[in-house]
Amino acid sequence: MEHIRTPKVEQVKLLDRFNNKSVTGTLHLTATHLIFVESNSASAQEIWILHHHIASVEKLSLTTSGCPLLIQCRNFRVVHFVIPRERDCHDIYSSLLRLLRPVSYDELYAFSYNPKQNDQQREEGWQLIDLAAEFERMGVPCDQWQMTDVNREYKVCKTYPRDLYVPITASKPIIVGSSKFRSKGRFPVLTYFYQEKKAAVCRCSQPLSGFSARCLEDEHMLQAISKANHNSRYIYVMDTRPKLNALANRAAGKGYENEDNYSNIRFQFVGIENIHVMRGSLQKLLEVVGTRSLSMPDYLVGLENSGWLRHIKAIMDAAIFLAKAVTVEGASVLVHCSDGWDRTAQVCALGSLLMDPNYRTIKGFMVLIEKDWISFGHKFADRCDQLYTEPKEVSPIFTQFLECVWQLTEQFPQAFEFSEWFLIQIHEHIHSCQFGNFLGNSQRQREDLQLKERTYSLWAHLLSEKQLYLNPLYSPSFAESHPVLEPSTQAYHFKYK
Amino acid sequence: MELSEHIRTANVEDVTLRRPFHPALRGTLCVTSHHLLFSDRKDEDSWQLLILLRNIDATEKSVENLFGYPRAVGSSGTITIKCKDLLVLQLEIPGMEECLNIASSIEALSALESVTEMYPFFYRPSHLTLHGPWGLSSTEKYYKQTERLWDRWRVSTVNSDYSVCPSYPHAVIVPREVDDEKLVQSARFRQGGRFPVLSYCHHRNGMVIMRSSQPLTGANRKRCKEDELLLQAVIDGSLLGYIIDLRSTQQAQQARMTGGGFESKSCYSHWKRIHRHHERGKVLQESLIKLVEACSDPSHSVDRWLSKLENSKWLSHVHSALSTAGLVVECVERDGHSVLVHGSEGTDSTLLVSSLAQLILDPASRTLTGFLGLLERDWIQAGHPFQQRCAHSAYSHARLKQECPSFLLLLDCVWQVWRQFPLALEFSEALLLRLAQEVYASNYGTFLCNNEQERCAAGVKENTHCLFQSLLSPDIEEQYLNPLYEPTDLAIWPSVHPQSLQLWTGLFLRWTEYAQNMEEAREEVWSIVKEHRERAGPDRTNNTPSTHCDTLTPFENLMDELTIL
Repeated sequence: MEHIRTPKVEQVKLLDRFNNKSVTGTLHLTATHLIFVESNSASAQEIWILHHHIASVEKLSLTTSGCPLLIQCRNFRVVHFVIPRERDCHDIYSSLLRLLRPVSYDELYAFSYNPKQNDQQREEGWQLIDLAAEFERMGVPCDQWQMTDVNREYKVCKTYPRDLYVPITASKPIIVGSSKFRSKGRFPVLTYFYQEKKAAVCRCSQPLSGFSARCLEDEHMLQAISKANHNSRYIYVMDTRPKLNALANRAAGKGYENEDNYSNIRFQFVGIENIHVMRGSLQKLLEVVGTRSLSMPDYLVGLENSGWLRHIKAIMDAAIFLAKAVTVEGASVLVHCSDGWDRTAQVCALGSLLMDPNYRTIKGFMVLIEKDWISFGHKFADRCDQLYTEPKEVSPIFTQFLECVWQLTEQFPQAFEFSEWFLIQIHEHIHSCQFGNFLGNSQRQREDLQLKERTYSLWAHLLSEKQLYLNPLYSPSFAESHPVLEPSTQAYHFKYK
Repeated sequence: MELSEHIRTANVEDVTLRRPFHPALRGTLCVTSHHLLFSDRKDEDSWQLLILLRNIDATEKSVENLFGYPRAVGSSGTITIKCKDLLVLQLEIPGMEECLNIASSIEALSALESVTEMYPFFYRPSHLTLHGPWGLSSTEKYYKQTERLWDRWRVSTVNSDYSVCPSYPHAVIVPREVDDEKLVQSARFRQGGRFPVLSYCHHRNGMVIMRSSQPLTGANRKRCKEDELLLQAVIDGSLLGYIIDLRSTQQAQQARMTGGGFESKSCYSHWKRIHRHHERGKVLQESLIKLVEACSDPSHSVDRWLSKLENSKWLSHVHSALSTAGLVVECVERDGHSVLVHGSEGTDSTLLVSSLAQLILDPASRTLTGFLGLLERDWIQAGHPFQQRCAHSAYSHARLKQECPSFLLLLDCVWQVWRQFPLALEFSEALLLRLAQEVYASNYGTFLCNNEQERCAAGVKENTHCLFQSLLSPDIEEQYLNPLYEPTDLAIWPSVHPQSLQLWTGLFLRWTEYAQNMEEAREEVWSIVKEHRERAGPDRTNNTPSTHCDTLTPFENLMDELTIL
């Protein structure tokens, strides 16, 4: 509260983004929200903006009607206020600057948010999604796959969850050896098991192969994954980076698998760009869609130059490749990128979504996010800029995943239990920091923060208002007749919205 | 020459048919005077494909074994048929000669020039009789329905023998105080005799939308007293009217060199002229060709696709049509002034803009019957030269003559409105798709000829069936209704920001897998709505008109879209 200098300003104008209209109202600044209430109108609109949602505040040069304040939000909302007095504007501006950059986790909204639930309800909320049950549903553990407790204390890999599933033939020394040969210790583990063909989707980070280094344990590890699937004599190794990036990594002692050293692997580059390219692409895209009175050609050219849809297509293509390899060829696939928490998460999650109708339900989609994103350590705190972080770490990786899912819902209007609105809500909350789910960068960090004791779960909240998120066209029989979705990635099927 | 003389080979066996997203089929191919018939000749479940020859836009033949190889292998040929509804088929025909014969028959029969030889004059389904009512709306009917007009306006039959304006219908609505003699004078002063006539009277404030062709002022600024009086009578006492000229200022200036021109400020002192540039004719046709070409090549990368889309300029044309229609609506509804719309001939973009404006303004034209009536009055009777404009579509290799997809552009614009206001139109996308097909090739006589005079001469009403009547028959009507329709009295202002306009995938990507999923989804919407209505009981039918259009300003529409990203 000490950061708020002026809690209330009257006679503030809110400008329309695409017209020259404006409405007048009162601006309130609270500890968590910036609130605009339209005055003297029957249908007085209110705009609530969470401080965590604000990406940037800009004070524009003074005009005759007052001092303009431009606020850009992470959910892509842009609001343009005009505040009559320069001093008020400056007060709001400097308070917001402080409030939108929390320095410690304790300042986040989730730690003060209280939806009037008792401890038991809160605990039940956290228990709604159970990953052990999810692996059981896939048919794991089984005669070829088992759970390992090697990472119980987060000693082998700090960014992985405690419970990991590996081939039965992968012994502890092999796991530990392999993890030493992988960037950040992220050794190959199971993320999805396609029961029908006993084919596995595994994920890891890049090997520390440099120009010639080998690691016998790592080679054994891949051998074990391959042996666990009797249906296929080879496994695919998908490196989701462009080849050039992988080559460059070799100079830093990292790199990719040498096909000569690993028996029975089929190696494949996919060519999804890195977080920095994606960040730039989104920025360009937002500039284009936010520009007033564009001409049609300028808009389309801008859209093209942003490259956004090209990146979306690359991710989709990779996921389709993965799904085909598993469901058609019955081969196991190992997916990695550099650290194995961005592109790998996108491809594994989207691939599983294509293969398994269960992930296309509301609850199933939550499980999928919990598994491939949250538990395997997608760095939400860094990527979504929850605390003040390196600007270079911020990137719309998860947003892209949601857009890919949205593209699928457009192509298969009957295949998904949830609607667009559900995806938008999830997108709101990766930035809102209102619930504990997406806070922090890894499971371990979440445990240190005691999120389950101190915050509430978004999934419980969303499930409690499930009615709002249902897709009326959803047809479970469509899921039966189309267990595996085969989307078209021909360019003209990508919608630009 | 008899039609049958064009047919050199009527029947070929063992033809292989390839269609997008279906397995290849073997069967028999027949060519008749008006159709191409393919049948797989199975005893049960026989499957047939019947294509109107008129629907075929281009044929491409490739014959193998023309040179070199010995004939023993058996020569064969492939004909690729590209239809005006954008479907592309391939026929593999054994026997080189048969193949060439079939191809030449198709080419000859698909390009018939004479109206009375066309299929609508031979279409005689058992469930329809020729003596039924023809058409839905007319000038007289519109006048009768619109009480606001009775006081100051009248129906003139000065054109009853089509001598004053060959492309106008026999009856038009004009101000009461202007007599027929003045109309004749005004017609002489307008290109093609298309003097200003009433197209729409706004139900809220009585303001009108007029349309005409350009005045023939020429280089030495000729004047016509009667034309000035006519326009003066339109605004009658109110101080101001708007002329929306669908050419740029420069183009209008240039038109004077060739005898055309514009209404000058000094002669029409109460009218304010606004220029809005619209592409016409060849440019539009070429735009359509480029767009369809981009849509039929699946090998493009995303970037290449976007730049092809941009390059076709089709969406730019959609954009300008909707913007100008919005401008007309603004003049009529918001500022309360009457409007005169014209370009040069007044048969293409003029009709496009005035009918779009009506759709936005008038709830009556958003019903199924109302919309078809609007098309009938403002396009067919108003003399849009359908035969010339729709002779060929996007695939044709023929040299362009008078082809221009003005009507297709209208349908696209209506689709954009429907997409932005999914509840406001009573008809569905299926109707727009059906119309897009019928306008190029039809069993019905509705879109034949270029104007009413030609239709009378050819006996279209007496000898063909009416499409609009058949669309409204109870058993087919339902498939063209919008299940989500909830009438609203308000004007529906579409957003014209480029960000809110989209490619009409339903039409341009019609023959792709994806369309199948959409079709199933549409059926699902219907069944949900029906179930819902049954549960709600019969008293729900007269629901309070929703206010969704009131609150859904383009801005919010756009914000919705932005949040998805």
